Amino acid sequence: MTGEHQTPALVLFGVFVAVTLAITTYVSRNRRGSAEEFYAGGRLFSPMENGFAIAGDYMSAASFLGISGLIALYGYDGLLYSVGFLVAWLVVLFLVAELVRNCGRFTLADVVAARMRERPVRIAAGTSSVTVSVLYLVAQMVGAGSLVALLLGETGEAAQAWTVVGVGLLMVVYVSLGGMRATTWIQIVKAVLLMGGAVALTVLVLMRFQGDFNHLLRTAADRSGHGSAFLAPGLKYGGDWTARLDFISLGLALVLGTAGLPHILSRFYTVPTARAARRSVVWSIGLIGGFYLMTIVLGFGAAAIVGADAVRGSNAAGNTAVPLLALDLGGGADSTGGTVLFAVVAAIAFATILAVVAGITLASSASVAHDLYASLRRRAEPRSEVAVARVAAVGIGVVAIGLGLLAKDLNVAFLVGLAFAVAASANLPVLLYSLFWRRFTTRGAVWSVYGGLLPALVLVVLSPVVSGSPDALFPGADFQYFPLDNPGLVSIPLGFLAGWLGTVTSADRADEGKHAETEVRSLTGAGAV
Amino acid sequence: MDAGEESSVEKDDGRDAGRDGPGDLRDPWHDALATGWGEPDGVGTPAPKSPAVPVPEGDRSATDIYLQVQASAAFQEVRRRYRRFVIPGVAVFFTWYVAYVVTATSAPGLMARPVTGAVNVAMLAGLGQFVTTFLLTWAYARHARLRRDRAALDLRWAVFEQERERELKQGASGDR
Repeated sequence: MTGEHQTPALVLFGVFVAVTLAITTYVSRNRRGSAEEFYAGGRLFSPMENGFAIAGDYMSAASFLGISGLIALYGYDGLLYSVGFLVAWLVVLFLVAELVRNCGRFTLADVVAARMRERPVRIAAGTSSVTVSVLYLVAQMVGAGSLVALLLGETGEAAQAWTVVGVGLLMVVYVSLGGMRATTWIQIVKAVLLMGGAVALTVLVLMRFQGDFNHLLRTAADRSGHGSAFLAPGLKYGGDWTARLDFISLGLALVLGTAGLPHILSRFYTVPTARAARRSVVWSIGLIGGFYLMTIVLGFGAAAIVGADAVRGSNAAGNTAVPLLALDLGGGADSTGGTVLFAVVAAIAFATILAVVAGITLASSASVAHDLYASLRRRAEPRSEVAVARVAAVGIGVVAIGLGLLAKDLNVAFLVGLAFAVAASANLPVLLYSLFWRRFTTRGAVWSVYGGLLPALVLVVLSPVVSGSPDALFPGADFQYFPLDNPGLVSIPLGFLAGWLGTVTSADRADEGKHAETEVRSLTGAGAV
Repeated sequence: MDAGEESSVEKDDGRDAGRDGPGDLRDPWHDALATGWGEPDGVGTPAPKSPAVPVPEGDRSATDIYLQVQASAAFQEVRRRYRRFVIPGVAVFFTWYVAYVVTATSAPGLMARPVTGAVNVAMLAGLGQFVTTFLLTWAYARHARLRRDRAALDLRWAVFEQERERELKQGASGDR
C-alpha cells in the first residue's frame, strides 16, 4: 500500500467523522439529560432501526476484515469461526431478548437485581459487565490501531498509537455528548455502509467468476497451494488435541457469550416493547447472517483473485485480504477504480470500529453509573446518575486508550474470544438462572458471577498466552499451568456450577413473590418500562 | 390468529390489549400462513382469555397480584407454550452446533468427503448451520406471534388494571 492510496482514504475517514459528529450534535439538541434518554435513547426506535443498530454494534472490524482474512489464508476454518458468531443469536432470540426487555431498565444487573438483594447483586453483575466491556474495548482499540495504520501504509509505532488515541477521543465525544441516541444512529449508518460495501464486493467477485461458486472454490483451492484440503476443516485448528480442544472452547464461548455481552443487552432497551425487541433480533439475524455469507465469498474470492501468498505478504494475520481484493476488483493498484474502492473499504473498516467502540463505551458507562455508582453510593439522583455516566464514559475512554497502547501487540482475535468467554462464564449463567430458576437466591447470583469471572481470568493468566511460550506476553517467565488459550470450556461450566452451589447452600429461601413478579413480567411485559 | 386491520403500529403495543378485537400482531413484512410446522396443536386457537385471572378481593399488595396472575390458567398456558417451543428448540440447535464444531475438529476426514464439484460435506454442514439458524428464527418469530403475543398482551392489561385498582383504593399513593 503506497502513498497515493492514502489520500482518498483519509478524505473518506474525515467525511465519516464529520457526518457522525454532525449526527451527535443534531440528535442531542434540545434533549433533557434523563437516564431514559441517555441509556436507552428514549426507547422509541423501530425494530428495523434497532435491528440495523444491533448488527452495527455486533459486526466488528474483526468480522469484516478478520474472518474473510482467515478464510483467505486457511479456507474452511475461517468459515467455522463465523458460524459460531451467527448461531449465538438463536440463544439471544430464544432465551434472552424479550425477557430482558420486559424485566430490565438499562443494564443486565437490573434483571437480576429485581429478584434479589439489590446491592451485592448489582455490584457483582456491574463488575463483570465492566470487565467484559473493557476486554472487548481493548480488542477493538488494538485492532483499530494496527488496522488503520496498516491501511494507511504507516506501520510505524507512532501512527498506531495516535490512531488508538484518536479513536478513543472520538468515542468519548459520541457517547458523553450524544448518549444512546447518537450511538444508535452511528451504528445504523455504519451497518448500512458495511452491508453496502460487502454486497458491492460480493457482486464484483461473483461477476469475475460468472456467478459460478463452484469455479470460485476450485480456483481458491488451487491458488492456495493446499488443494482440496483448503475447502475442509483442519488447516488452522487441526493441529494436536490441545489446538482442537482450544477451538471447541472458543466455539462454546462464541455461541454462549453473545447473550451476555452488555452492549448487546442494552440495545434491547431502546425499543418500546418485547415484541419490538424480538423483531429487532429477527432483523439483525437476517443482516448478520447475510453478512457472514458474503464474507465467505469475499474470503474465498481473496484467495482466488489475490492469492494467499500476496495476502500473507501484506499482513500475516490476513487482515488486509479484503482491502487487497477491493484494489484488484477496482482495476488494480494503479487504476482510479482500484484506489477508490480501496479507500471505500478502508473507510468502512474505520466506521465499523468507531461504531462498535461507541456502543461498548456506552454500555460500560451505564454499568458504572447505574450499577456500581448507584449501589456503592446510595440515593443518587437520576439526574446526577447521567452526569456520572458521562464522566464514566470519559474514564473508560482513558482506561481503554491506556490499555490499548499497552496491549498493542496482543492478538485481536484472542482478546475478542476472551471477552466472549468471560461474558459466557460470568453473565450468562446468572441471567438464565434469574429468568428461569424458581429457587435461585442472592447468594447463588453472586457466586455464579464471581464463580465464572474469576476462573476465566485466572485461567487466562495461567494460559500459554501470558507465559511459557515464545509468543506470550511474558516470554521469559513460565507459570503456564493451563494448556488452552480460551478458558471457556472450563470457566463456563464453573459459572453455572457456582450459581447452583451458591443456591443450594443458601440459608435463606428464594422469595416466591419476587419470582412470580419476574416470571409474569418477563413473559407478559406487565409493568415494563 | 385471524388478521386484524392493516394498522400495526409498533409503538402502540399493549394499548388496544383491553379491547375485544385483536390488535394486529402481524409483522407487516412477514407472511402469515394459516398453517405450518411448529404449531402442533392447531393454529389460531386463542389462548384462554384474561378473565381466567381471578378477580381481586379486598386489599392486596402488588406481589399478591403477581402471585395470583402467575397461578392463573391463562399465564400457565402462555408459559407452557413458550417453554414447549424454546426448550426443544435450544436443545436442537445447541446439539447441532456442538456436533458440527466437534466433528469439524475431530473428524476432518469425514468433513472433507466430496459431494458434488468442489462442494464437500463440510461446506454443506456449514451452510446447513446458516439455513437452520434462519429457519429457527422464522419459526420462533411465527410461534411467538401466533401463539403467545395476544395472550401475553391480555395478561399485561389484566395486571395493569388490577394494579391501578389497587392504587386507587390506596388513595393513589402508589408505592410502585
